Amino acid sequence: MTDAATTMNGNTGGGLTTRNSGEAVRKSLKRRYAAEKRFQMYGILAIFFAICMLGLLFTTIIGKAVPAFTQTMINLEVTLYPQDIDPDGTRDPQVLSRANYRTIIRQAFFDLFPDVTSRRDKRQLFEMISPGAVFEIRDQVLKNPDLIGERVTIQMPLSDDIDQLNKGQIDRNLPEAERRVKDKQIAWFERLENRGLVETVFNTTFFTAGDSREPELAGIRGAAMGSLFTMLVTLLVSFPLAVSAAIYLEEFAPVNKWTQTIEVNINNLAAVPSIVFGLLGLAVFINFFGMPRSAPVVGGLVLALMTLPTIIIAARSALKSVPPSIREAAYGLGASPLQVITHHVLPLAMPGILTGTIIGMAQALGETAPLLMIGMVAFIVDIPQGPLDPSTVLPVQIYIWADSPERAFVERTSAAICVLLAFLVFMNVSAVFLRKRFERKW
Amino acid sequence: MNQSISQDTTGATPVTQSDAAPGIKIKADKVKVFYGEKQALFDVDLDINENEVTSLIGPSGCGKSTFLRSLNRMNDTIDICRVEGSIALDGEDIYDKNVDVVHLRARVGMVFQKPNPFPKSIFDNVAYGPRIHGLVDNKSDLDQIVQTSLEKAGLWNEVKDRLDQPGTGLSGGQQQRLCIARAVAVSPEVILMDEPCSALDPIATAKIEELIDELRSNFTIVIVTHSMQQAARVSQKTAFFHLGYLVEVDETEKMFTNPTDERTQGYITGRFG
Repeated sequence: MTDAATTMNGNTGGGLTTRNSGEAVRKSLKRRYAAEKRFQMYGILAIFFAICMLGLLFTTIIGKAVPAFTQTMINLEVTLYPQDIDPDGTRDPQVLSRANYRTIIRQAFFDLFPDVTSRRDKRQLFEMISPGAVFEIRDQVLKNPDLIGERVTIQMPLSDDIDQLNKGQIDRNLPEAERRVKDKQIAWFERLENRGLVETVFNTTFFTAGDSREPELAGIRGAAMGSLFTMLVTLLVSFPLAVSAAIYLEEFAPVNKWTQTIEVNINNLAAVPSIVFGLLGLAVFINFFGMPRSAPVVGGLVLALMTLPTIIIAARSALKSVPPSIREAAYGLGASPLQVITHHVLPLAMPGILTGTIIGMAQALGETAPLLMIGMVAFIVDIPQGPLDPSTVLPVQIYIWADSPERAFVERTSAAICVLLAFLVFMNVSAVFLRKRFERKW
Repeated sequence: MNQSISQDTTGATPVTQSDAAPGIKIKADKVKVFYGEKQALFDVDLDINENEVTSLIGPSGCGKSTFLRSLNRMNDTIDICRVEGSIALDGEDIYDKNVDVVHLRARVGMVFQKPNPFPKSIFDNVAYGPRIHGLVDNKSDLDQIVQTSLEKAGLWNEVKDRLDQPGTGLSGGQQQRLCIARAVAVSPEVILMDEPCSALDPIATAKIEELIDELRSNFTIVIVTHSMQQAARVSQKTAFFHLGYLVEVDETEKMFTNPTDERTQGYITGRFG
């Protein structure tokens, strides 16, 4: 409307044509609306493209990850002979946990296949059971020592290759030499299936265990806990530091050469490749301060350094966007500068600061390179109990698994990506929630 | 209070208690204000009488707002701003090193051009000043202050049932009266108003003008306005600023009927400005 009026004024004022201005406006209007439509189209196309890509990403990842959430198990009936487990009958947990359960499983499993006699076949046969099976029995016995002497059915995992075979990931039509499962093993597995001993169950191991060389025993918990501790350290270090720095620079610092230099350097810091921060962490935190290697505390500190500029920049722009009238109102009432900030400016800037924090934290959560430098890429089986325990983090775990040759790690890699994405979604949702709480009607 | 302040006054302060004539609340003496290299005010001498409304008029950019903001040192928040000369409040130079700006602003309150209530409840808006200055010890005293202030600002009857609602939800005129109540709640001695009605409609403006007249009995008021009619209606004394100079200052009545300076005459008759 205003545009049209201006155009009309322009035409009459310019003295080009006075009587046809209405016609000219109508013509140009058509063009303007067409341009607007075209622009909207571009926008819709861009969004459509983005959604397609996102959909593609999610379908491939989730599609690949789904098999990882199940595990092929065997319900094996074993006899827990006292002479194998606890010959002296002490029921001492030390003795019980060191007993040779492997023999028991071997015995029970070979009993199912009396026709398998040669050493080579027996070895191939026993390979079908996961090395983790012994832990299943051990845990059962430790939990309930009265089982000793009984004949019990215990569910234990089959090896990753058999698991993959069961999930249809191994092509049975390939020549035997080109696949990891031998013809005989396929035949034995089919016999087990026919006897109803094979069962596919929800893969709890994946969520409760740490890393393992055996895919069927590998879990994400260690990495998830590592990520959690790392993020906590990052948040606790970077948020207060960044917010204080932003407040000082924005509200108190005089504008001079020094603060300008600092500002330029903060902006530069945001653009430093993350691996450089890793080297810095290695040199300063580990070599100079002697902090433990592979520990979330060091990872957290390194990521905090990396996140600092992001949060500072976001916090400064959030502080800047608080209307000056509010500051004036508070100053006019005699509030001290700190009161103006804590009572008025900071609460109003909080949503923006939180948004910046979440962006920084999300970046930090997905960061791999700097953590490789400080040893968080180590193979760690134990689940970390605190920020000082050696551990790895989700993206590094994804990297490690993606690098592993076993077929079963492919699906676990995708599953780990799902967990990482879930982590991210959780963080973003809590940020939105926090932002809603801090947001005030303007 | 006066006594304790005059004791604080050091010998370096050019204006002493004896210089301040009775009834003069603020005495500006050769006030120069600079924004960086640019000088915005040139040697302004102006006495502001107690319990009177003094209006500052003049064309845009003449320095009247700058002068107003130097009266409670709001210009301090601008880094490049520099004030020379002296402004004495009750005989004490407010730019003296010993003067605490927080204390000064509690004594000299301010209402701004655009209503700027805090994004808090109506109650919290008014209670904010008394709270930060520790003027009250208990809730009932605070309630009392809030009610009195809102009454003084002529807003109490309109908002008494919704004190917990956001102050930003009020109409423009109500918001401005809320800002006045907020300023009044600190019990200042002087209230500065920077074009308080420029964002309001005529009805709201009339209300505020009425209010200014009532507040005069308790406060000294300095108001910047673009409307000559408003200056004529509400003020007892008018100062005309032009290009950074204080051209003329006199009783409002005289200013509008018989100005001495021809620039003043030109401005108030609408020939320029």
